Amino acid sequence: MAFRALAYWLVRYRRTWRGTIVVSVANPILFLLAIGAGLGTLVEGTVEGASYLAFFAPGLLAAATLQNAFVEAGFKVNSALRRERIYSTAAATPLEPGHILAGHLMFITLRLMLSAAAFVVVMALFGLTGSVGVALAVTLAATLTGLAFAAPLAAWAVTVSDFPQLNTVFRFVVMPMYLFSGTFFSVTQLPGPLRAVAYALPLWHGVDLCRALALGTATPGTSLLHAGYLTLCCVAGVLVARVTFRRCLHA
Amino acid sequence: MAVLNALIEAAGLEKTYPARDRKGTAFRAVAGVDFQVHRGEAFGFLGPNGAGKSSTMRMLAGVSAPTAGTLRILGLDPVADGRRVRARLGVVPQDDSLDTQLTVEENLLVYGLYFGLSRRAVRARAGELLEFARLEDKAGERVEHLSGGMRRRLTIARALINEPEILLLDEPTTGLDPQARHVLWDRLFRLKQDGVTLILTTHYMDEAEQLCDRLVVMDKGLIADEGSPRELIERHVTREVLELRFPPGEHEEVGRKLGDQVEVLPDRLLWYADDGEQALAQATEAGVRPLTALVRRTGLEDVFLRLTGRSLTD
Amino acid sequence: MNDRIALPPAGGAHLVVLRNLWVHKGGSPWTMALFSVFEPILYLLAIGVGIGGLVGEVPGVEVPYAAFVAPALLATAVMNSALEETTQTAYAKFAFDRFYHSLAVTPITVSGLVLGEIAWGMLRGLITGLGFLAVVTALGLVTSPWVLLAVPAGLLIAFTFGAAGFLTAGYVRGWSDFQYMQLVMLPMFLFATTFYPVTVYPEPVAAVVRALPLYHAIELVRGPALGQVGPGLLGNAGYLAAVGLVCFLLARRRWRRLLTA
Ligand SMILES: Nc1ncnc2c1ncn2[C@@H]1O[C@H](COP(=O)(O)OP(=O)(O)O)[C@@H](O)[C@H]1O
Ligand SMILES: [Mg+2]
Repeated sequence: MAFRALAYWLVRYRRTWRGTIVVSVANPILFLLAIGAGLGTLVEGTVEGASYLAFFAPGLLAAATLQNAFVEAGFKVNSALRRERIYSTAAATPLEPGHILAGHLMFITLRLMLSAAAFVVVMALFGLTGSVGVALAVTLAATLTGLAFAAPLAAWAVTVSDFPQLNTVFRFVVMPMYLFSGTFFSVTQLPGPLRAVAYALPLWHGVDLCRALALGTATPGTSLLHAGYLTLCCVAGVLVARVTFRRCLHA
Repeated sequence: MAVLNALIEAAGLEKTYPARDRKGTAFRAVAGVDFQVHRGEAFGFLGPNGAGKSSTMRMLAGVSAPTAGTLRILGLDPVADGRRVRARLGVVPQDDSLDTQLTVEENLLVYGLYFGLSRRAVRARAGELLEFARLEDKAGERVEHLSGGMRRRLTIARALINEPEILLLDEPTTGLDPQARHVLWDRLFRLKQDGVTLILTTHYMDEAEQLCDRLVVMDKGLIADEGSPRELIERHVTREVLELRFPPGEHEEVGRKLGDQVEVLPDRLLWYADDGEQALAQATEAGVRPLTALVRRTGLEDVFLRLTGRSLTD
Repeated sequence: MNDRIALPPAGGAHLVVLRNLWVHKGGSPWTMALFSVFEPILYLLAIGVGIGGLVGEVPGVEVPYAAFVAPALLATAVMNSALEETTQTAYAKFAFDRFYHSLAVTPITVSGLVLGEIAWGMLRGLITGLGFLAVVTALGLVTSPWVLLAVPAGLLIAFTFGAAGFLTAGYVRGWSDFQYMQLVMLPMFLFATTFYPVTVYPEPVAAVVRALPLYHAIELVRGPALGQVGPGLLGNAGYLAAVGLVCFLLARRRWRRLLTA
């Protein structure tokens, strides 16, 4: 049943996939050139034992996946319920809210994975991924990071009345997280209390996981800890989303 | 002297839209129409969707340049003198274009300012119009929260802010429920009594019969005929019509049997006759056994059917 | 009957601005500024302070890295404010609210409409610029009184990008088109010497960067902010004014076609 809901999104995606691929490839190229390579020339020495570009790229990957997750699970979920009424159409068929949620989340997973893969290909072009295995691991880690946000976001976005609220959260919650979770510079540069906050943010775990995998400094212990934390966010999000979807679709 | 009183004169008026893309072809939505509208009358364009009513109205409103022909509004050229023409018109477009971010009253106020009215004048006028549109108790409400009928009344009130000499209404009641339509018609009657020249389009024959002193029947960009509702009915159809329904598939055959005086529609046969009961008797005599038979007075719907061979609403 | 009607001057541009102000009546200009200033300030902290900690000297510049980046972020913030009003918001007004259609049947002219929307974008840009300036001053990143030139500079920047934005809005076919706009804006933001001086680039690339309007916008703010005021600024201003004027004329033509087809 959930696959029927997934099929809907796939059919729709057929019309727009070209644009999204262009964006998912162009964005990292631009960022890596301008910030990594351009700004990197001004950075003295190494950061956490790597060149600035090698340090920055995996962090940006995790952060970009968060951004994609916000668009797909925030704006698109909200619009599917309110502006476009896709959910109500689906809810009038034998599909249950749980199926609709599962189908959409499956599509979001594919979408996030595709963008992450495009990003990793760009990283490879810059010579920033060691082997195919590393590339795959980093792609999966980024996708998991995205899902850790997508599931809770979907749970919340379905309850929101319109875009302005989403915009506010994007501006005042997502952007600060995006900038201060160790993406552009190490969280160790943050003053004590802020550093503690950063460690609690799921994005930092995603950034650190992707970075350690890409730089080859990953240890099983910390990697499992990061992955476990992200999975926890994801599972909690799905559980809450099952409730909110039922409530909002069968309102 | 009718010509002196003509507020609007159109001759050979055409509107051709350029192709939307390279593969498309140009489309002539209005294919040469002539008409005149006189001061104080209610003039209607009756026609189905796509007849070119809105295209004509937009030319009258001075927001669409005619491709050919001449058009004078209030003695002015609506293209060269667009601003001065628009200042003296009120326009109710087919799609509501209210400012959904503002309140009901603010909609009237800001619109009045667009016409160069002073703030004081606009305030006084807005009060009158809220009353006219029966929206006094909604003045502070955001437009988003209004019903369809209220929105339509507000759009009309807004169009009246500059005390226009001519009010253009494009399908004023399409999409409204019957009760909201009657409230609206009542308001338009009042305007007519106050001497405002009304020009409206509709594809509802009852609306045209109720509101229009004179109308043109429009189809495929052309005017099929012109006159008062009474005149058009007398000219083109008999006094009564007999409607006959048969099981699916039998229409054609019965139609042939009854001959020329009947129109065959997909779902029924129409027999135009001055005495419907007598026609029914005649049909029964001829051995016709309809599922249902109904005799009614003819209306503009029938005029349209006779003129174009099609029904208005499909 | 119509003697009370005096056609509004300037095509009614000021009335378009007035209408936009009414829509925002609920919120104060300061909430508006807070919204548009928050993001660039975050960037300033992350890039200026965070990355500034990693960066040593910027070649040819003696000020701290944050003071070097701040003027560029100000120019960008002003640009974004003007663009937001004249692209996304304008498109919504056109396609969903049919607001421009409702103006078209009044004595407001297309020139008045275009001027009004650009002026509104300039007002938004001005508020953003002032808010950003206040924060930067509070952070102690202002080194020269010439920084006050950023105010007229901001108005010019908002004009140029407002006009360009409104021209773009006239060609938008659907929301997904804004994705492509992002494809132009992001590289411009990243490469127009926001984060490092133009001297970092090899000559052919530098020439391309110098053609970007945002490059001139940044120069126009950064020069005075760092106390370097020279005749070169007139060149930057002239470039922006010319781009803005051309965009304005094209936008007027485009919107006339859209609204009076
Ligand atoms: N801007 C336009 N460009 C191309 N074709 C148009 C445009 N506006 C209307 N048309 C076409 O012109 C015809 C008449 O439209 P319209 O005047 O809206 O008719 P009506 O109001 O009687 O339904 C329709 O076939 C419509 O598709
Ligand atoms: Mg129409």
